[in-house]
Amino acid sequence: MITTLIYSVTGIALFCMGFTALILCSHLLRKILAINFMASGVFLLLITTAYSPDPALLDPVPQAMVLTGIVVSVSTTALALVLACRVQETTGSAVFKRLLPFRKNKGQKD
Amino acid sequence: MSSHNTYPERKNSLALPVILLTSGLFLLLSYTLLSIEQAGGLAAQVQSALPKSGAESPVTAVLLNFRGYDTLLEVMVLFLSILGAWSIGRASLPQALIKTSTIQISCVRLLIPLMILIAFYLVWQGTRFAGGAFQGGSILAAAGVLLLVSDFPKLIQIHSIHLRLGFILGPVTFILIAFYCIFTNKTFMAYPAAIVSQLLLFIEIACAISIGLTLAALFAGGRPAQESSIAQRKGSTL
Amino acid sequence: MDTALNFYILTFFDLTLITALLWLAYQSLSTDNIFKAVILFVSFGLLMALAWVRLHAPDVALAEAALGAGLTGPLFLAAYRRMEKLQKKERRLERNDEQENDEQS
Repeated sequence: MITTLIYSVTGIALFCMGFTALILCSHLLRKILAINFMASGVFLLLITTAYSPDPALLDPVPQAMVLTGIVVSVSTTALALVLACRVQETTGSAVFKRLLPFRKNKGQKD
Repeated sequence: MSSHNTYPERKNSLALPVILLTSGLFLLLSYTLLSIEQAGGLAAQVQSALPKSGAESPVTAVLLNFRGYDTLLEVMVLFLSILGAWSIGRASLPQALIKTSTIQISCVRLLIPLMILIAFYLVWQGTRFAGGAFQGGSILAAAGVLLLVSDFPKLIQIHSIHLRLGFILGPVTFILIAFYCIFTNKTFMAYPAAIVSQLLLFIEIACAISIGLTLAALFAGGRPAQESSIAQRKGSTL
Repeated sequence: MDTALNFYILTFFDLTLITALLWLAYQSLSTDNIFKAVILFVSFGLLMALAWVRLHAPDVALAEAALGAGLTGPLFLAAYRRMEKLQKKERRLERNDEQENDEQS
């Protein structure tokens, strides 16, 4: 019981930390990293719902869901990183806040 | 060196309210967690249906048989992500960015067959123990990443059509077997009981190859550099 | 007696593990250096695999060790390197522009 509690509170804490960083950080790589931490928190919470000290009572359904989720999160991370590189290529900066003003300034200079 | 690597975040005036809000979210979620009633889960149902599923490991049975739809959609998500990556970016890797040392090349030559062996062992034993298409596929992907990182010379000669066929191998096998089940059992994805374990192994091997190729191609970061230039390089070396 | 000792050892292990997990996550998200953040994320993934084994989920542990630690880290590092390269090119172009402007003025 205490194990379930410890790990599920950790999962929630990880999710909230990742969420805070997702809002506050401005660099795109950091935002993607923060999303990965959020995903880890969700997975931890899901797995603890399946946990039982007795191996016969382990619930395989959340485990299969988390397995699927890990692969999906890796593939979405890869796609997000390709997109971030593309953003850097077209706008010259991967820092989210400066995206629009940067282009405007450039246009005014010319 | 360190001055290039650091991107200090600017002080944000929103920091305090955001942290307060997320702390509130943390408390709210913890409270919700404590108030959830434990319902026991689906362990008993899975255990009772396990002999019919064609797999001895309950996780594999859930993944490929009971919740086969989820896995099919998940393989499609991987396919969509590689579609997205190939339409946005172009791989910059096969240009000899790093001079690969002979030691590294011979190490890679030794490691790759071993990794492929372990990957297929994981897939094959996945029906009994921990392991399966995802784990095997990710080890295949790691082998691919190793090849890409060490700039393996033969990598340039891979034609993108082979890659494309590899990407769709998993989804197509899965869908074909699911439709085959319509003809035999009149239900989508209801595997015939006599050959269910063989079908699962087929799906697993095809999916592992697709997952490995897709993830390695995602690491490369886009479609291969133009086909014509590769053909020219090929012609010059021949 | 034996089971009670076992319980205390396991709880101690749990507490150490989650402290390490949370500390790594906090460090990774708050550091100024992106390279350091990625490396901390990889070590976080490896400890996460340990947590999956502790929670009796060996399938997930295998996938996490291979994907979460082995593949996501290189993905981030490759993207980071590409971004650095693009940034250097951008800086060089800006410098050229400034030089041209100076010459014109």
